[in-house]
Amino acid sequence: MPELQFDPDLCAACTSIDCIMKCQYLSLDLARAREERMRIIQGEMSSVLEDCVTCYACEEYCPHGNHPFYHIVEQQERLGVHPVPIPIEKSQVVMMAPRGRMQEMDLKSPLINMCFFSIMKSTIRGALFEGATTIEGSDIFCNLMFLHFARNSTIKERLPLMIDNIMRFALKPSGVQDVICYHDECYGTYTSWARAFGIEVPFRPVHLFDYLYHRLAALKDRIRPLGVKVAYQRPCSNRLCPETDHYVDDIFTLIGADRPKRTYDYGNALCCGGVAEAAQRFELVDDIRAKNVADMKAAGVQYCVFNCPFCFWTLAEPVAKAGIFPIMMSDLCHLSLGE
Amino acid sequence: MVQSAINGKLKAIVGEAYVSDAAEEIFIYSRDQGVQDPHNPDVVVLPGSTEEVKGIIQLAAAEKIPVVPMGGGLVLSGLTVPLKGGIVLDMKRMNHVIEVNEHSHYAVVEAGTSQGMLDAHLKKHHPGLKHSLPDAPPAATIAGNIAIHGSGHLSQSEGGFHSEMVTGLEVVLGTGEVVKLGSCSTVPGWFSRAPLPDLVGLFLGWNGTTGVITKIGLKLFPRPKFHDVLVYMTEDIDLAPVVLNRVIATSMAEDINYALAPKPDYLRGFQMIVINFTANTEDELNFKRKNIRAVMKDLYATKESGFMPVPPNMKAGFLEAPQKALSKFADVRKGGGFEYVGAIMPIEQIPAACRAGMEITSRHSITYSLGARIIGRGHAVMFFFAYPFNRVDLDEVERVKKALEDTNESVLKLGGIPWKTEVQGQRLILDQMDPATRSLIQRIRGVLDPAGIMNPGNWEVA
Repeated sequence: MPELQFDPDLCAACTSIDCIMKCQYLSLDLARAREERMRIIQGEMSSVLEDCVTCYACEEYCPHGNHPFYHIVEQQERLGVHPVPIPIEKSQVVMMAPRGRMQEMDLKSPLINMCFFSIMKSTIRGALFEGATTIEGSDIFCNLMFLHFARNSTIKERLPLMIDNIMRFALKPSGVQDVICYHDECYGTYTSWARAFGIEVPFRPVHLFDYLYHRLAALKDRIRPLGVKVAYQRPCSNRLCPETDHYVDDIFTLIGADRPKRTYDYGNALCCGGVAEAAQRFELVDDIRAKNVADMKAAGVQYCVFNCPFCFWTLAEPVAKAGIFPIMMSDLCHLSLGE
Repeated sequence: MVQSAINGKLKAIVGEAYVSDAAEEIFIYSRDQGVQDPHNPDVVVLPGSTEEVKGIIQLAAAEKIPVVPMGGGLVLSGLTVPLKGGIVLDMKRMNHVIEVNEHSHYAVVEAGTSQGMLDAHLKKHHPGLKHSLPDAPPAATIAGNIAIHGSGHLSQSEGGFHSEMVTGLEVVLGTGEVVKLGSCSTVPGWFSRAPLPDLVGLFLGWNGTTGVITKIGLKLFPRPKFHDVLVYMTEDIDLAPVVLNRVIATSMAEDINYALAPKPDYLRGFQMIVINFTANTEDELNFKRKNIRAVMKDLYATKESGFMPVPPNMKAGFLEAPQKALSKFADVRKGGGFEYVGAIMPIEQIPAACRAGMEITSRHSITYSLGARIIGRGHAVMFFFAYPFNRVDLDEVERVKKALEDTNESVLKLGGIPWKTEVQGQRLILDQMDPATRSLIQRIRGVLDPAGIMNPGNWEVA
């Protein structure tokens, strides 16, 4: 089994403990944070393991790149902490299991990895995705969602098979090397989680926003600036690849959208609440959704743009009820092209 | 009288177009989708009015011809299969919504009016009102459903079985007499069965053996603007009654259903309790959601059970009435075969019923879907043991037949009563019934149907 590259000495020597102190859902003072940090390092039960909402943000907050979140998940699983009720966890493990139905495919670039979200394939259209082909489903699914279920073991077990499937059945027969990740959960898997666990990724993952930006740049003459204010619902998985966040600003510049200053954006972004809902933390869900939507309203936005389909499903309704139009980033880009 | 002469008289009553003894019609009306053996009718008749029904029954009584009233023909357990031949009285032409009283919340419909027709009528003309829809195809009729003590999406919150939602009936007895029951017998309105001697029950649950229902007064209910669903999940069969009772006790849920099925794979071994709730405002909806969640807090805190996140595409299915899940499951084996034992039973017997269903299906090597709908805030449940089969696979048909028989026996042992059961099941019930009750049933039939023409073979001791 792949092993997490986590340095306990580096963690123990950390003075800021940003992983805990910057967390938006834990309220610990520095002294208590030090205690809990040590408990986690020593493999003991900690309130952090039980109270973690699994938002991934501490992966971004850690100034040492020491993978505190992946370590938390390791410890949760080892100590039998179940963030989500066990029947839901078990059911999801079966639902997302590989089916072994892959066959060699003749695909062309740009190749879009739709993750498990075949339902979103309708967004792959128009000039933005001209000539694109797609792969999707449980046989190429990154499985990173199991971080929310304290099940690194499931990812460790399945990810090598998924990578092998993508190579054997999709990329090698087609001669394609770049995999554009529609969901940045996949991108985060290949660029962060896999590296942290020493798993080799033999293809080049491309973030959807990277692809969109360059495609829009190529179509610049066709863009009709939208002239709208847009809130960005930054998903948990983007915490694994914060280096891609600038593409949101870059894309907005190209399409004439404004990302107004908000309290809950960039490093301070709030979770959509979907995972906390699965964890039965309903009061927290109501609180963070209310704060998030109120923040969007206060910023005067007309649109709320999503990368993650799960965030979209979770937050689209409350956002729409607040008079803000929920939209996937790819669809916002289509709009700018008049499509 | 020879059949051709009878057919001639029937044509004189209803018109030539509405009488048939064509081979293809006889074939269709000889069976339903279940496993019961087919029996050919001699003739199929579609009356267009109560007067025509009266004329047909008078003819049949005089000639001692069996008459089997039929609505949508979707009962699955052979109750409209003409066991002794004779006339199948297909009521579908009598499909008018006669009245909707918006103030007293009832509708008066003809007996052939389908669930879909009334639902569409209400949505179009009275959008503030609805009736309780069974999870049957929309072609199921109002009369057929109330006559078998059906239940639906308002049975939990609004008074129980659909037969309990009947405010009045017009029936044609086996003698040909037309009788009105309920307030409509005395005053123009069809608003109530009380305070009169309640004779409506003489035609509910009798499988058409006492007369032909021609008109129904049916309770309607407000249709709130907001609707949502929560789904609670557990692996512990014994926890189901606890969860159900807690939800019932909140008085917040409009409909509560329980399900356990081996398919899809990711739900095998898991029980789902689907809780539908409605409200007139969003605040009220949120209030109800919070209350339902609150009563489960100590249970989900253990992480052994909990509310399942429901993505929008799945939620849309749960919000539908009628629910389509069971109809879809009905074709899981392909080949057009599906039957189930419905059992009216106490809520606390759900775990035992599940275990019995799984044991029986395992023994007969068939697949299943088990589930229950809460009736009348928990005084009973309609538990279903649903067994799909491929009609072409005769061995599978036989195994399902045996499983149904075993299930009927098991239900009675568990303290439940098989619902709308086929003739064999009716005999099991009668065998176990108090002899005085059984005797009274036979005597009442003798009074209402002295010629013994009404759906003979049903509710009879062998």
